[in-house]
Amino acid sequence: MKEFLLIAGMTAVTFGVRYPVLALLGRTNMPPHLMRALRFVPVAVLSALSAPMVVTVDGQWFVSMANPALVGSLVAGLVAWKSKHLLYTIVAGMIVFVMMKLLFGGA
Amino acid sequence: MLGARDTIPMIIGAIPFGILFGALAISAGLSLIGTISMSLFVFAGSSQFVAATLLSQGVGVVVIVLTTLIVNVRHALYSASLAPYVGHLPQRWLLPLGFFLTDETFAVVIKRFSSGEMGDNNRWYYLGSALAMYGNWQVCTLIGIYAGGNLQGLSEWGLEFAMIVTFIGIVVPLITDRPMLATAIVAVAVGLLGRDLPHNLGLIVASLVAIAAGYSLETCMMSQQSAETDQ
Repeated sequence: MKEFLLIAGMTAVTFGVRYPVLALLGRTNMPPHLMRALRFVPVAVLSALSAPMVVTVDGQWFVSMANPALVGSLVAGLVAWKSKHLLYTIVAGMIVFVMMKLLFGGA
Repeated sequence: MLGARDTIPMIIGAIPFGILFGALAISAGLSLIGTISMSLFVFAGSSQFVAATLLSQGVGVVVIVLTTLIVNVRHALYSASLAPYVGHLPQRWLLPLGFFLTDETFAVVIKRFSSGEMGDNNRWYYLGSALAMYGNWQVCTLIGIYAGGNLQGLSEWGLEFAMIVTFIGIVVPLITDRPMLATAIVAVAVGLLGRDLPHNLGLIVASLVAIAAGYSLETCMMSQQSAETDQ
């Protein structure tokens, strides 16, 4: 039941942001303020989501150069900034992460 | 078919995420049917990832649905850009085109539409791209379900981290101006401060505060710029 509600809810809100604007906008225009605000959404959500996962382990703060996720993310961020290439970023980040897991154990 | 062909690079990029989602969802406790249904009905990669992550942290349904709304609200922006090209079509076209809209299809389709060379074939191009993405996503989800079940401790080896670096790879190139940088910094700061809020509300609060920060800074810069040109 919980799964059904989850998937039904997610389906409803996702379709709810995709379809109506497509169908209605032939007639009306989106307010320009809203359009400007929407531009910031992906960066805001994805940054806010990732940051806590990087600097905590099992709910405890883990800010250290021995934290594979933190170091891997810093390297990935640098590669992303320099290359602007998604695949390079993922590969670089994952290599650092796995190497550190091997070095410091924990896996 | 042309739409599908032009989407191939995007499809290749989506393969690892589809597989990761299948594996992650199962390890997060979602059932086999639930995982397949989510890909069939929701069909929105990043929000499916987020939902699986939140599920594994024991977050409730209402907050996951709200988070999905926030993660996917960018689609309204895509729809707004596409509406001038397909908005006049009848409902039997608009319903599927709306349902199948993704980041990838939007990127491919808007490039083609704005070049103005498609004419009335717009709808078929869009549908071709969308169906190719959809089919690929379903197949990859299934592969992930099986791969995830066969690999012990996959998350220990960075399944979740793979998602984080993916987000980094998406976000960093989007930071092209100061308001966007401010948004990212505020999102990280408030996200960290608010991580102990109940039900992962920290994510929603941090997102809203960060959007407000970027928007306000942009407004400031715009009014400053127009003041300078006035002088």
